[in-house]
Amino acid sequence: MFRSRTFLLVVPALVVMALLPLGVGGYILGLLTLAYYYAVFAMSWDLLFGFAGEVNFGPTFLIGVGAYAAALLNHYQHWPIVACLAAGSVAAVVAGVVLAVPALRLTGPYFGLVTLVAVLLLQNILVLFAGITGGEIGLDLPDVLAIDDTTNYYYALTFMTVSGAVLFGLTCSPVGLILQASGQNAIEAAALGFNVTKHKLAAFCISAFFSGLAGGMLIFYLGTASVGTVVDIAVGVNVIIAAVLGGRRTIIGAALGSIFLIAAGELLRPLGQLSTFVVSAVALVVILFFPGGFLGRLLHTEGSE
Amino acid sequence: MTELLRVEGVTKRFGGLVAVKDISFAVKAGEILGLIGPNGSGKSTVMKCIMGIEKPNAGSVLIDGVNVAGWPTHRIARLGVGLVFQHSHPLQRQTILEHIKLALLPDSLLMLVADHGVTKRAEEIAERVGLSRVRNRLPRTLPFADLRRLELAKAIARNPKVVLVDEPFAGLTSAEVADFSDLIASFRADGHAVLLVDHNVKGVAALVDRVKAMYLGEHVAEGTAEEVMTNETVRRVYLGGKIETASRPERKATGGTPLLAVNDVGVLYGKATALENISIRVDEGEFVSVVGLNGAGKTTLFNAISGLVPYSGTIQWKGQALSGMTAGGIARMGIVQCPETRELFGDMSVRENLELGGQHLSVADAAVQLAWLFGLFPRLKERERQTARTLSGGEQQMLAIARALMMRPKLLVLDEPTLGLAPVILEQLSKALETLRQTTDITVLLGEQNVTFALPHADRVYVLEHSRVVWEGAPDRLAEEAGAGLL
Repeated sequence: MFRSRTFLLVVPALVVMALLPLGVGGYILGLLTLAYYYAVFAMSWDLLFGFAGEVNFGPTFLIGVGAYAAALLNHYQHWPIVACLAAGSVAAVVAGVVLAVPALRLTGPYFGLVTLVAVLLLQNILVLFAGITGGEIGLDLPDVLAIDDTTNYYYALTFMTVSGAVLFGLTCSPVGLILQASGQNAIEAAALGFNVTKHKLAAFCISAFFSGLAGGMLIFYLGTASVGTVVDIAVGVNVIIAAVLGGRRTIIGAALGSIFLIAAGELLRPLGQLSTFVVSAVALVVILFFPGGFLGRLLHTEGSE
Repeated sequence: MTELLRVEGVTKRFGGLVAVKDISFAVKAGEILGLIGPNGSGKSTVMKCIMGIEKPNAGSVLIDGVNVAGWPTHRIARLGVGLVFQHSHPLQRQTILEHIKLALLPDSLLMLVADHGVTKRAEEIAERVGLSRVRNRLPRTLPFADLRRLELAKAIARNPKVVLVDEPFAGLTSAEVADFSDLIASFRADGHAVLLVDHNVKGVAALVDRVKAMYLGEHVAEGTAEEVMTNETVRRVYLGGKIETASRPERKATGGTPLLAVNDVGVLYGKATALENISIRVDEGEFVSVVGLNGAGKTTLFNAISGLVPYSGTIQWKGQALSGMTAGGIARMGIVQCPETRELFGDMSVRENLELGGQHLSVADAAVQLAWLFGLFPRLKERERQTARTLSGGEQQMLAIARALMMRPKLLVLDEPTLGLAPVILEQLSKALETLRQTTDITVLLGEQNVTFALPHADRVYVLEHSRVVWEGAPDRLAEEAGAGLL
């Protein structure tokens, strides 16, 4: 029932998204491309928050490491894009493990604080070594994914669909069930014989992999890697808001939330500075009054007699 | 029969507190051992040490000959120990059957599709514990007893050599208790070693082969249920000195304005009536008990008095209406409620909790009050530097009462102070209340479902039933006039 209802919602939406380039202009396609990469950030984050029960306040640490590893290899070593993306993903996973192994020994809010500090460290390093990393201005890349809007759009849509399918499938699998149990009550999960740390660490690696890969894809779409687009705390906050808005523990909700955030930001652009305020206020209201998010109610069965 | 569980010389300290001291016992295959003790006796800590949730400071825990002391919980579980938790914390979005399947899964990261056998096995287990009717429902739609069945089902699914059951019958009706006894007995029939952890012998006597009793972390007695029940030390620990009806010199009714007058008060929760036409009075210096079963409306009445819920009718304090005052204002006037949930600051020490209660007193007054309270509750003095979270239930209740007394209330409202406490603690609380009654001029309003505890401490009693006062009078008349429904 869960599956079928989800598919009834998702498949038509994907068909519409796939047909969009026939009807809308390059500008909107560009926005949506950005939104789809954000969607992968948010879905990866939901795997940790919704399922592993760990709040990662620094999603941009993983995103940033992936993006900058890819960018540096492309800029200085002229590796082909695919190799850069692969290396970026691996770098994100390694950085994730280095961060998570000690952090997962902590409980409660401390895990979140460690991840937050990690972002600040990464940001500082990038700015300190501006000579190599381009610092605040950013690092321009010799290669880009494609110059054509429609091609870029399809890259992003395909990437989001595949990532979403993998993450969603994972959460529906037995491993996802163990992960949820570990996230919600570690002692009970351990008493059932599950190594809670192992499962959380695995979730962190998977989240890091998709975050890093999406970070890399994003900079090769933009043609430049900068702190403001892939590392800044504000980017991370947007990812978190998108995931919570869309609906915790739904994966797909995170994608919906990302698209909503970027679309809303654009629609409200005439309001100028006020637009950020309005979007934030909407997010606040949803989080306060509908903590389940957009999809919280829609996707979940009430069980049957 | 082989020994599946052997605990040898296990000691566990929390800071300076020795929660478990040199405890040893063994359980054979096909045997049920009851581990009993009042609150704070360390029985739960022993269970946690076996499961690896707490690491023992000394001693060994042998599971089928393998010493697992200090191992992480998941490895102990895989070696063959299952724990039936008292409180279940099920996943919200998974059905009952999915929960049982979870317990059947191996600890593997590569398990992307559960094989068909798992579903079949889960259904068999659901059938065995009586959950097949509700197997596709979500946990939150199920009654408490079914959630306990689910915990049993999860233990069965792991097929452990050693089954630990935490307070097997807490919160169950007598029919459900019979069902659960059968299920637990079936563990024994299958050759598992079973350890039941519970408050008293009576509850588990029919089920256990042997009983081990603990008190304050130490071994007290071991033997058949019969032997332990007749053991003199056990009797002293459990029954304590008899709680006596201490009547004190009759106080003259002041006749004037009562300290607290509740007139015709009604409270609605949505459309449900929680209180209806309640009128009670409490005179200065009186000890008044409000007795009634769970859900009769005691807590609601106290919350109305404390200004925490809106009500119709009037509540007067020394003739002055309290309506319109904030809860904080009412507390400052001298009505201090000690809620049944205790509401302690868990991460603060005993002393810090008390000092917070005495915030409005001058330093010198607070010191005097603190010294007096430590005299009233010597246990709190011993635990002065310990954090409130690590206290036993009885100690927490003492701390909650002491903290309320730090505020020097004129009227102390005690809501269910005995909830979930063992007899020995009741006796200590009872003594403290009696001291208050004899040596101070404090007024107390006590809400209780434990009538035997409430009566000795009452000058007058109100009986609350289904949101109404159904009887009021002197405690010695309660038994014959209104006792039938209560005692």
